[in-house]
Amino acid sequence: MKNKSKLLLIVAAIILAACSNSDRFGGNGRLGGDSANAAGEASDPTSVAYFQQSIGDRVLFVVDQHTLNPQATALLDQQAVWLMDNVEFTAVIEGHADEQGTSAYNLALSGRRANSVIEYLVSRGVASNRLQPLPFGKERPIAICSEENCYTQNRRAVTVVAAGGLG
Amino acid sequence: MRIIRTAVMVVACVMAGLPSVAQQSSGPLRIEITDGVIEPLPIAVPDFIAENSAASQLAVDIARVIAADLIGTGLFREIPQGAYISTPTSFSSPVQYSDWKAINAQGLVTGAVNVASDGKLNVKFRVFDVFSDAQLGDGLQFGGSSNSWRRMAHKVADAVYSRITGEGGYFDSRIVFVSETGPKNQRAKRLAVMDYDGANVQFLTDASAIVLAPRFSPTGDRVLYTSYESGFPRVNVLDVGTIERRALDVQAEALTFAPRFGPDGSTVVLSLSQGGNTDIFKTSVDGGTLVRLTSNPSIETAPGFSPDGRRIVFESDRSGTQQLYVMGANGGEATRISFGKGRYGTPVWSPRGDLIAFTKQANGRFHIGVMRIDGSEERLLTASFLDEGPTWAPNGRVIMFTRESRGEAGARALYSVDITGRNLRRVPTDLSGSDPAWSPLLK
Repeated sequence: MKNKSKLLLIVAAIILAACSNSDRFGGNGRLGGDSANAAGEASDPTSVAYFQQSIGDRVLFVVDQHTLNPQATALLDQQAVWLMDNVEFTAVIEGHADEQGTSAYNLALSGRRANSVIEYLVSRGVASNRLQPLPFGKERPIAICSEENCYTQNRRAVTVVAAGGLG
Repeated sequence: MRIIRTAVMVVACVMAGLPSVAQQSSGPLRIEITDGVIEPLPIAVPDFIAENSAASQLAVDIARVIAADLIGTGLFREIPQGAYISTPTSFSSPVQYSDWKAINAQGLVTGAVNVASDGKLNVKFRVFDVFSDAQLGDGLQFGGSSNSWRRMAHKVADAVYSRITGEGGYFDSRIVFVSETGPKNQRAKRLAVMDYDGANVQFLTDASAIVLAPRFSPTGDRVLYTSYESGFPRVNVLDVGTIERRALDVQAEALTFAPRFGPDGSTVVLSLSQGGNTDIFKTSVDGGTLVRLTSNPSIETAPGFSPDGRRIVFESDRSGTQQLYVMGANGGEATRISFGKGRYGTPVWSPRGDLIAFTKQANGRFHIGVMRIDGSEERLLTASFLDEGPTWAPNGRVIMFTRESRGEAGARALYSVDITGRNLRRVPTDLSGSDPAWSPLLK
């Protein structure tokens, strides 16, 4: 069991390392904090960098859906453990959609995605007042082609952790 | 940055003292713009007469804007000035109908411009039905300040358009939209307003926060929009004249978007996302209680009022996919009106009350379309990789929308199309643009 989860963690880290730091917005949430401004070294398990790179900060969704697949819940299990170990951190859960869809609908859909993550993290024991949804709709894609291989990366929810209270 | 509202004191008055052939808007110079394909009507718009030297440039420029307005409708084509046999030498000299018939000009617009020493501009014009040897309606004149010369040209064009089509005009109007720069994953967005034809762009916000979907108040002096200025999507209201802005006074921490004014100018409908669920609420722009209008676990968004304020059209995926619904202004049971194949969103009621414009997604393509308010007689007007977000011209005959091109270099631009599906054209803007909203006709 322990080995299995370790393996899963490594696989997740490999998959997600490719996603991390792939855009240049970050930090203040105003322009869409995705992954930049990583605080601390990834080797420090209490750092934001560790959360992003070793656990993984995002889960993906299929077209027009907001349900979490088993890969996503496995990743969120790790996020929940980390958040409960590092109680000084709060998290903004960004929801995103791909460009196929109208703006307002995608904003609502990305709100659903963010909420799916929040509900799951809360079900794993994270206090709900440490989590805040931030729907971006189709405003902040990380992959900019108009093909499914980009869309699949853009249909995401990203857990942006920061030390201190929620803005 | 402070934006001074274009101070225009436009005075229209019938030139009763001027001789005018009595025949009123009847006769052959008439376009029914609801017809299908029509042959554009040939018109001549010679340079206006400059009544003094200060007016010489404006006399040319004003005639050019009038011609551009009329030609831009797709209903007219302009006879090149090089083909003219004679040109008017004074505003009052009689029209040589035979000279205009010979070059097949069915319509003729003549005018004169005067700039007084205090800068006051006066524009007068006449419209002639050449083939009937008759003036079409009375001569009119507009007075205002010189820096409002484009508005006066638009007013002349609106009057000409109205006389020939019997429809209200739309040239003296403005567009509020989102001006965009930067790549797809880093778009910088600013609210901006411009004339309907892309002239006189003025920015209303800086690029520090994402802004979405601005909507004019019924009088055109305020704009509702969604801003990420707080870090989160919230509905703001902005005064176009002073560019002062504030968040709408709704529940703190509420995520709100997709606002629209009601016809009373104070009621606002918007979407509110709570616990992942988006529903439609009503409030007042100047603060007031938040009234829930829908209560479904599905997505309810993109609400907009009917022109009489009694009904609200919106989109919902309660059936499993995005579809259009109509409910009363206080909520309650909603009637689904879209039943075609595909998804329907962003419904907007025509200012005439007769049609609803929408975005449709089907078979991987996006369309702008219109349907009657009961959902019948659906017609798709456009098709592309991504068209969305229609807005109506004040006369309910033209629709503007956002078109986005495909791929990594994908950029958004504003387009307009007639409700007949004809005359698709790009609205000239220097930068990329999205989310247009048409103002009412200016006063």
